[in-house]
Amino acid sequence: MSFDVAGVRRQFPILSEIIDGRPIHYLDNGASAQTPLAVIDAVRSYETTSRANVLRGVHRLAERATELYENARADVATFLGVQPMEIVFTGGCTAAINLVAYSYGQLLKAGDRILLSELEHHSNIVPWQLLRQRSGIEIDMIPVTPDGRIDLALLPKLLTPRTKLISLAHISNVTGALLDVNAVVAAAKTVGAKVMLDGAQRAPHGPLDLPALGVDFYVFAGHKAYGPNGVGVLWAKPELLDAMPPFMGGGSMIGRVTFAETTWAPAPRRFEAGTPPIGPAIGLGTACNWMRGLDWTAAHDHEMGLVQRLMDGLQKIDGTEILGPASLQNRYPVVSFMLDGVHPHDVAQTLDAFGVAVRAGHHCAQPLMDRFDLDGTTRVSIAPYNDNSDIDALLTGVAHAAKTLR
Amino acid sequence: MSDELYQERIVALAKAKTGAGKLAQPTKTARRDNPLCGDRVIIDVKVDDTGKIAEIGHQVRGCLLCQASASALSSIAIGKDAAGIAEIRHDAERALGREEGAAHEPYAAFAPVAAHKSRQECVLLPLEALKDALS
Repeated sequence: MSFDVAGVRRQFPILSEIIDGRPIHYLDNGASAQTPLAVIDAVRSYETTSRANVLRGVHRLAERATELYENARADVATFLGVQPMEIVFTGGCTAAINLVAYSYGQLLKAGDRILLSELEHHSNIVPWQLLRQRSGIEIDMIPVTPDGRIDLALLPKLLTPRTKLISLAHISNVTGALLDVNAVVAAAKTVGAKVMLDGAQRAPHGPLDLPALGVDFYVFAGHKAYGPNGVGVLWAKPELLDAMPPFMGGGSMIGRVTFAETTWAPAPRRFEAGTPPIGPAIGLGTACNWMRGLDWTAAHDHEMGLVQRLMDGLQKIDGTEILGPASLQNRYPVVSFMLDGVHPHDVAQTLDAFGVAVRAGHHCAQPLMDRFDLDGTTRVSIAPYNDNSDIDALLTGVAHAAKTLR
Repeated sequence: MSDELYQERIVALAKAKTGAGKLAQPTKTARRDNPLCGDRVIIDVKVDDTGKIAEIGHQVRGCLLCQASASALSSIAIGKDAAGIAEIRHDAERALGREEGAAHEPYAAFAPVAAHKSRQECVLLPLEALKDALS
């Protein structure tokens, strides 16, 4: 079945924008995706017809807002294949990981171990280092293979009876490699460890079935999944959420407050202190529904067809090298490359002159850059609304950089 | 736009690699990193008894703008003391449109970077490293 990319593009007003006489070729979706009219309309509708705080007011606007907010929770839950009360809205993906590191981290003891990988985003490294400073846990690291995958062959050696949590990127934000989740979950069970996935790069590519994946925690960001900024999601198994102490204190997360003692609200409210990001959450719920409305078999084929076109085109430019799997199997449309003799920032800056938006640098994955002794890479991250013209403009720009900057 | 950013003069400065490399026996060495983009500059200097730079060497792991700036700086640093390098810094700031007035050569070449705020630190990083080396 062919994918109606023109029909998808029409839903994203920004893709019609012309800057300095050139159309936009937006290939920086891994940093922030664009947002469809359905999401913009949902947020605008909340702001213009239902804006009020949630949970506490009895007036009609508050009731409208509360209903929209809780509906958004249900929409996100449906997208993930889980129950609404297992969804915690956070300020973002980083905030969600910090929540787990702080709250679940309080259940850990000195000497307990967390297992990460060499390709993690800093947001899945630094919160655990902070926990290590606070409570004396230990951090272990799974190295990556030469083609940029987490080397799961090393997993049995790295797991110990003290390993309490394995926290890994579902898809690498640099190499695009897809994690073999079944292998990780099976290995984790041998030592009784929990598994958390950083789904920041996976959630934008279609609905998930978290119970089938068998993981314990899942996090992702709204703005990378066609939603607004300022909202993210933590999902955890209900028994884990029930056991976890609060992260932040304030309104909404309490049962009863006295100066002698305060009791906590049940999850998810226990983890949503203060006024939540109501409009962004409503937008994210709509984004999840929007994604559920796409044919992801066709969309994925379309995205990977663009990856193939990109890889074929880069091969024809002298001095390019891809950091990541060369095959399209078990990878997603995030492609990092180097251009010999030209710094990634200069590649990206040149591409900007061709109307092409990409990301360059270390991608908040400095340990991975160190592993490959790189200053950085140029990263192309693709969404369903990208088309051949985006890839062709990029290839023209890279060829220009190769010709003029070295 | 960016094509204008990478004007011939900037590219030529980067390719000239003036002062590129380590000094065998530097009096002082300083390293500066830009945590946002990962650019890294190491500057070696030999300073004479009066505090003036006798020799300079730089190692840049960074973009073309950073390389061009290190090269430009090395081409005029010999014989300057800390105050003289501070003057060059003003030139760079003027070229970037962050200070009033016209920049002198060779930093006048960096005028196109004035329109690219996110790249200005790339130009200033070698100056920061040299300032550290002389302090």
